[in-house]
Amino acid sequence: MMWNPAHYQRRKLVNAVMLALCGLATLFAVAPLLWILVYVFQEGGRHLSLQFFTELPTPVGVPGGGVVNAIVGSAIVVGIACALSIPLALVAAMYAAEHPNTPLGVTLRFATDVLSGVPSIVIGIFAYTIIVLPQKQFSAFSGGVALAIIMLPIVLRTTEEMIKLVPRHLREGSLALGASEWKTMLQVTLPAAINGVVTGIMLGVARVAGEAAPMIFTAFGNPFFSTDVNQPIATLPHMIFVYAISPYKDWHAKAWTTALVLVTLVLGLNIVTRLITAWQLKRMGWR
Amino acid sequence: MFAVSQAKQRASQSRWQTLKRHLQHGDVLFRVLTALGALTVFMLIVIIGYELWLNSPLPREKFGWRFLVESEWNPVTQEFGAFPFIFGTLQTSVMALIFAVPVSLGIAIFLAELAPAWLRQPLGFIVELLAAVPSVVYGLWGLFVFIPAFVRPIAELLHTTLGFLPLFTGPVYGPSRLSASLILAIMILPTISAVSRDVLLAIPASQREAALALGATRWEMIWRVLLPYGLSGILGAVILGLGRALGETMAVTMVIGNNLALTASLLHPGYTMASIIANEFAEATYELYIQSLIQIALVLFVVTLVLNSIARVLVWRVARRVPTEVRI
Repeated sequence: MMWNPAHYQRRKLVNAVMLALCGLATLFAVAPLLWILVYVFQEGGRHLSLQFFTELPTPVGVPGGGVVNAIVGSAIVVGIACALSIPLALVAAMYAAEHPNTPLGVTLRFATDVLSGVPSIVIGIFAYTIIVLPQKQFSAFSGGVALAIIMLPIVLRTTEEMIKLVPRHLREGSLALGASEWKTMLQVTLPAAINGVVTGIMLGVARVAGEAAPMIFTAFGNPFFSTDVNQPIATLPHMIFVYAISPYKDWHAKAWTTALVLVTLVLGLNIVTRLITAWQLKRMGWR
Repeated sequence: MFAVSQAKQRASQSRWQTLKRHLQHGDVLFRVLTALGALTVFMLIVIIGYELWLNSPLPREKFGWRFLVESEWNPVTQEFGAFPFIFGTLQTSVMALIFAVPVSLGIAIFLAELAPAWLRQPLGFIVELLAAVPSVVYGLWGLFVFIPAFVRPIAELLHTTLGFLPLFTGPVYGPSRLSASLILAIMILPTISAVSRDVLLAIPASQREAALALGATRWEMIWRVLLPYGLSGILGAVILGLGRALGETMAVTMVIGNNLALTASLLHPGYTMASIIANEFAEATYELYIQSLIQIALVLFVVTLVLNSIARVLVWRVARRVPTEVRI
């Protein structure tokens, strides 16, 4: 082919335009995040006060009031979720890390990936059918079960990755000294990976603390203060939903304030976790 | 007397030793325990499907497969057909993909190929934060900020300029399928871009170097070498995004307007499978009604299960191909 300057110019132009578009696309992703954060902090900050964290919700039209029941409720439901999912996730992650290529190991990895894609509302319905239906009672416990299933794949996968990151010589050293496999796992490998495991748990908590969909028919919501796991309970994300779809202006304002609390919690947890991880990986020189 | 008890003790001790040996000092127990844990995770998926099936026999008896194609949903006359929701879910998810895929690919390319090293991690982190914002907060923001400030003007513009197309007919509402699609697009951006970025990063440098050495511009290298090479993985990422969009509940419920009308118009309020469950489940008063909603959940479960399986296989294929490349 003959040297054609016009053709060359065109290729260079296409190159520049398309690369610029890629950069623009990245801006596209950053813009909504900023937009959301600005609004949540601006609208939510307007009504934020100390009593928002200490008082019960007030009826429509009554000023003041807070969401203390939802804060405590969220903590209880997420706590139940942690208690149920973390032991199972750890045990299964140990299997996945030790036997990645056995049929069960491959099945487990596949199941984890697939489970993380199941919509949270479907898991909510599942928790409803196994707990709420037989008990004929919405309960904090059923909400915890739903969140545990959502949390499971997140904790499992992070733990597995972190166990795999532990240098082989640590494990081999322990085995060579005559320690049994389970002792090696529990006293050498897992302690070495514990920071990563905690990271996974925190990310899981951040994810499920914001789940509203399964709460609609498990924890259900409760305008009063409750710590009973067999009774309906209020949670922050469900509270935002109820406030937001109501027709009342002052409830909308409360929805923003509740959102501010939730977003600070969830994003804060995410940011802190990742910063710690990045710092630790750098310190350990594993990356 | 002493000798006998000593012998007994020795016997019991050796039995204990034998047991310990047989169990390899607890390793057998450990392996069984971890394998049981692994099995439980797998069984969980089976049990979810089974429970949903078990708890929705009435609509299957009464409607059979008609449930999926019937468009009448009327709790008063006890007629339940899920077609409007299936249609709404497909329409919003596909529109969301159309908006999100080009942008996500741009992000993935920028993060994997173009961004300077110091910018990569923070920027990737910001994109991932977008995935961490709770769905209900997206809904709140969509309802009170995004729709009035962004979607409505666009909808009006589309209606006045392209109103002759069936996609843009009818009066302009705030909450609509268009609003839902746009919010969904924002929500699945991080999923698609993060997975595609990882796929791009897994492509060996030799491919890039070869293309550049042949005189390709950077864009030609990306477009003609990297994207075809990672195509199946990127397809997997897109399907993962589709899976998320299908099951997304709260944000969609809050911005789609919840309307049963079966029109093609994007500007009209609609309904999705997830949002009908969220909206009506707590109010469903009789067995058939509840079970119809559970059956919709079952359909959603099966669809996302199949999509996710396909997506995972596609992504794994790229990941598996890389080591063989390196060995050569």
